[in-house]
Amino acid sequence: MKKVRLATVWLDGCSGCHMSLLDMDETILAIAKRVDVVYGPLVDAQEFPKLVDVTIIEGAVSSQDDLEKVRTIRQRSKLVVALGDCAVTANVPGMRNQIPPRKLLERIYVEGADQCRGVPAEGVPALLRQAVPVQEVVKVDLHVPGCPPPAQAIAYVLTELVEGRIPDLKSKVKFG
Amino acid sequence: MPEKVSIRIDGEYVAAHEGQTILEVARAGGKYIPTLCWLEGISSVGACRLCIVEVSGVGRLLPACTTPVQDGMSVTTQSEKLQHYRRIALEFLFAERNHQCAVCVSNNHCELQAMAQRLGVTSVRYPYAFPKLPVDLSHPRYVLDHNRCILCTRCVRVCAEVEGAHVWDVGGRGTRSLIVCDMNRPWGDAVNCTNCGKCVQVCPTGALAEKGFAVEEMVKHDRNITRLAARRGGPA
Repeated sequence: MKKVRLATVWLDGCSGCHMSLLDMDETILAIAKRVDVVYGPLVDAQEFPKLVDVTIIEGAVSSQDDLEKVRTIRQRSKLVVALGDCAVTANVPGMRNQIPPRKLLERIYVEGADQCRGVPAEGVPALLRQAVPVQEVVKVDLHVPGCPPPAQAIAYVLTELVEGRIPDLKSKVKFG
Repeated sequence: MPEKVSIRIDGEYVAAHEGQTILEVARAGGKYIPTLCWLEGISSVGACRLCIVEVSGVGRLLPACTTPVQDGMSVTTQSEKLQHYRRIALEFLFAERNHQCAVCVSNNHCELQAMAQRLGVTSVRYPYAFPKLPVDLSHPRYVLDHNRCILCTRCVRVCAEVEGAHVWDVGGRGTRSLIVCDMNRPWGDAVNCTNCGKCVQVCPTGALAEKGFAVEEMVKHDRNITRLAARRGGPA
């Protein structure tokens, strides 16, 4: 049977959703047999591959880099899954949204620093004005809320997706 | 005795009496209609719009908590249309303020969060407003966090009707509406507040909480308020 080309992406989040993904005990073995992980923090690929079946996004869209990544992902993925509250609602990364990025960075890296004062400018992507949920930038096919979503919920989602079905998550998951 | 009337709820004939609301009759018959702003024992205002029902012959959806029954009325409490609009109403509540469930004192004990799960809301289709809102920490025992407030006005009503202090009101208009304390002053400076905490107990979210509680620790006891109100003979 043809394996499902799966990518996972870590944007503005804490990696807790990826931890939860790895926390599904022996179910992960059954799923591993059916998928080919082609991109993500768990594999070495540097560039987002062309033609991906399912991409799981953890984290809010918070920087210019996140924005470009998410647009590329949408173009190259058949199905996009927003995993966890940050990807679904912006959650904790969105708590900065009331403060303009310049003020925020100055508060932290200038006022709040004892040494090496100065807003980092090189090698880091510019922050967007607000951290937003993935679906405010591109179309999302499936939302899996939770902080993190329970491992069983992720297991259920992946099991259904590898079978070619869209999981019905209504009332199985919650925010927070 | 009030006059007896007969209405139909989801096709079943139900006996009721004049003066009762659709919600009261439905609940007495064991029918579930989702509610957030409604609380047994205090008056009903129809603020949250979750209890909307279809009444045949009426072209718009009516809130069950404030619509009195009429003889011969035929009410539908569950339909795809109602489900659609209830979800929209709930999504607006989420989009309007900053509800970070994961880091809220009321996480896992929140009526808003539970309602989203119950109605199968897994995302909000509207852009979030991310408003900048204050947190009032001036009271020695309690906190008012406007970020979590859904303007259900349970606090306003319980304070006026059960405690009799009427400390709370709604100030401002539209999306700028805020719960205000004692004619808009910090809670700690309120002269009418009796520090009873009834507002905290009835608040469905983490907007009103006791100090000293961390994430997930604030559990509310609104049943106590309902019992108290029943002993006093119901809403004023």
